[in-house]
Amino acid sequence: MTLAARLSAHKTFSHGVHPPDHKAQTAGLPIRRLPFPDEMIIPLVQHTGAPAKPIVREGQEVVRGEPIAEPGGFVSVPMHAPATGVIRRIDLARDARGGMSPAIFIKLYPGASQEVLYGEPHDVDTMSRDDIIRAVQATGVVGLGGAAFPTHVKLALPEGKSVDTVIVNGCECEPYLTTDHRVMLEQPDLIFKGLHILMRALGAEQGIVGVEANKLDAVEVLRKHIPAGAPMCVEVCQTKYPQGAEKMLIKALIGREVPSGGLPVDCGAAVFNVATLAQLGELLPRGQGLIERVVTITGPGVGKPGNFMIPLGTPLRYALDYCAFKGDAVSQIVLGGPMMGTTVPSPDIPITKGITGVLAMTRDSLERLEDAHVYPCIRCGSCVDACPMHLNPSQLGLLARKGSYERMADQFHLLDCFECGCCSYTCPSGIPLVQYFRVAKGMVRQRRAAAQQKA
Amino acid sequence: MAGLGLILSGVLAIASRRLYVYEDPRIDEVNEMLPQANCGACGHAGCRAFAEAVVAGKASPSGCSVNSPAMTEAIADYLGVEAGAQEKRVARLACAGGNHVAWVRARYRGLQTCRAAHLVAGGGKGCAWGCLGFGDCKDVCSFGAITMDDHGLPVVDADKCTACGDCVEVCPRGLFSLHPISHRLWVACKSEAMGDQALAECEVACTACGRCVMDAPDGLIRIENNLAVIDYGLNHLAAPVAIQRCPTGAIVWLDDEKGPMRGAAAKRILRKSPLPVR
Repeated sequence: MTLAARLSAHKTFSHGVHPPDHKAQTAGLPIRRLPFPDEMIIPLVQHTGAPAKPIVREGQEVVRGEPIAEPGGFVSVPMHAPATGVIRRIDLARDARGGMSPAIFIKLYPGASQEVLYGEPHDVDTMSRDDIIRAVQATGVVGLGGAAFPTHVKLALPEGKSVDTVIVNGCECEPYLTTDHRVMLEQPDLIFKGLHILMRALGAEQGIVGVEANKLDAVEVLRKHIPAGAPMCVEVCQTKYPQGAEKMLIKALIGREVPSGGLPVDCGAAVFNVATLAQLGELLPRGQGLIERVVTITGPGVGKPGNFMIPLGTPLRYALDYCAFKGDAVSQIVLGGPMMGTTVPSPDIPITKGITGVLAMTRDSLERLEDAHVYPCIRCGSCVDACPMHLNPSQLGLLARKGSYERMADQFHLLDCFECGCCSYTCPSGIPLVQYFRVAKGMVRQRRAAAQQKA
Repeated sequence: MAGLGLILSGVLAIASRRLYVYEDPRIDEVNEMLPQANCGACGHAGCRAFAEAVVAGKASPSGCSVNSPAMTEAIADYLGVEAGAQEKRVARLACAGGNHVAWVRARYRGLQTCRAAHLVAGGGKGCAWGCLGFGDCKDVCSFGAITMDDHGLPVVDADKCTACGDCVEVCPRGLFSLHPISHRLWVACKSEAMGDQALAECEVACTACGRCVMDAPDGLIRIENNLAVIDYGLNHLAAPVAIQRCPTGAIVWLDDEKGPMRGAAAKRILRKSPLPVR
C-alpha cells in the first residue's frame, strides 16, 4: 500500500488510474423520461447467456409490460414489451457488436396510454429463496452496470458456497457516466428495498454500499434512507478507476481477494450494481418486467446531454436526436464509458439492457487520437503500476505481438485480465494493449474449446 | 574428485543400460522423409508424432497432405504398406465481398488484424458475416498459399495449400473450410440476411432466392438460414447448371482451368475501385 493510500480516509485497492471524470456535464441533471419512438427493436440477446425465445406472433398486439419472450434456459431472462403496440416482424437486426441478431420489432400505437397493466404482486418477506430466484428471473433483470449478466443466476449459489456480504456497487468509476449517481440521489428507497430482497435471497448477514468520494451528496442521501435496524451501511471509496470493478470493490470494502479464475462467491461476497437493485426493488414486489433503464447520453457530440429513463428497444438514433445530436461532426459513438465501452458501427441499433451510457465524440475531441501513433514498448512499467490485477501488461503485450497466446495464458495469467483499460490508458507509447489481450483471450478460449471438443 | 567421477560415470553407465527405451529405428527414418512443416494438418502433434503413427500402422503415409506424392510413395515402399489414397483438400473462402462490392459502414481504427477488428463492432463492415480483409489468414499461412487480391480478399493457391487448417482457425468469421478439390459447386457467401437486406450490404451476396435449389437435382442444395447450403454427400450429382440462374453470382462452379465461374444470369461487376465508406 502506498503512502497516499494509507493517509487517505477512503477505502480502495492498490494500483489503478485517475482519468479526468467529465461528469459535471450531466451529474446535476435529474432523470427525465424520453418520449416513445414510432418503432422499437427488442433484440432476443440483451444479456449474457442463452437467447430468449419469442412467444409472440407477427401481427399480435401487445400491452406495455407484457412478456414477449421467455428465457431460453436457466442463464437467460425473459423480455417484456416496452410499449403498447403491434408486433411487426421477428427478424434480424443490427446489434452493437456489429453483427446481426434476431429481434422483435414493435410498431407503437401512438394513442396508447402506455400503462403497465401486467404484474403478479409478491410479498417478499414470505417468499422462500427459490421463489425469490424464480421471481427475479421473471422480472428479466440483468446486471445494469453494463455486464448484463442475469441477476438470478448470481443468487443460485453453487453447492457448499455461501454469501455473508452483499456489496452494492455505487462507484461508477467510468468517466462521463452519471446514471448510478442520479439513481442513488433519486431512488435511495428502491435501492435498499432491492438490497433487502437480495440479502434475503442469499441469506447474507450484511449489505455494504460502496460509493466513490466524488459523489458525497449521494452518500449523504443514501445514509439518510438506510432502513432502521437493517444491517446495511454506506462506505466511501477513493475516487479511482476501476474502483467499481467487482474484484476491486470487494478488496476495498471487506479486504478479501477473489481467487484467480474464481467468482466473488468464492470469498463469500456478491456484488450488484445500484441501478440493478433500484429496478429490482421497484419491479419484484409488483411482479413486473424490466422495460426501461436509466442511460446517460453525453459527450461533446450532443448539444443537450442528460440522464434519461429510456424504454428498452428505443433506437439509439432516436435518443441521440432528442439530445441534439451533432450528426456529421460526430466521429465515434461509444456505448458505456470511455474506458471499457464499445464503439458502435452505426446509430441504428436499439438501446438494450446493458447500455449504461452513450458517449458521442466529435472529430475535434478525438484529434489527438487520430494522429496517435503506436511506438515501441520502452519498458517504463507504467502499465505494471496501473494494472489493478497486478499483471504484467508490458510482457503480455510483447507476447501478444508474437502470437504466443498459450504462454500468455499459462505463465502470465492472461485470463485474469478483465479489460479495464488502465494499461492502454497509461501507456506513453500508445500501444493498444487491451485490444491485444482481447484478441489473445478469444484465441485461447477458441483453442481450449476446440481441444475439449476433440477430447 | 576422480573417485566421485568414477562413481557417477558408473551410475550413468548402469542407468543408460537399465533405463534404455527401445525405439523403432524406422520412426526416425520415416520422420526424415516427412516435410518437417509440423503443421498439424494430419491431425497429429507434428511430423514426428505422425511418423510414429505411420510406423505403428495407425495412419497411412498419405495422411500427410504436405508431402509430395513421390515421398509418400517412398515412405510406403520403405515400410511395405499401402500409400493409401487421399484426395487433395484445399481451404476455401465462403465470401466474395471484396471492397468493390461490399459496403463498409464505419471506419475502423485500431490494430490492423481481422481478429481485432471483428471485436470492435465488426470492424465497420456492413455485412456481419463477410471477410474483413486485413489478411490474418495470409499472415498465418506457413506455406505462402494465401495472397490478398486487389479487392482485399484472400485468394488460395490450390497448389501450395496443404489443408493444414491454420486459416480455418484464425478467421474470426469462420469463412474458411477445407474441401476436397472435387467439390466444385461452391457458395461464396455466408450472409444470413435475406433478399434486399443482404443486397444492401453486398452486391454478390446470396439472397436466398432459391433458384439454385430449383435447378439442382433434388436434395443437393437447400436454403438454410437464408443461405444456399450444398449437401456434399450428393456431390456426384453436382453440375454447373445449378449456378446459371443465380442473380448475384454467389454460387460458383470452381473450374480447374478457368477458376471460379459465375452463372450466365449473374450481374456483371464492372467496378474496380473500392466503395466509399458510408
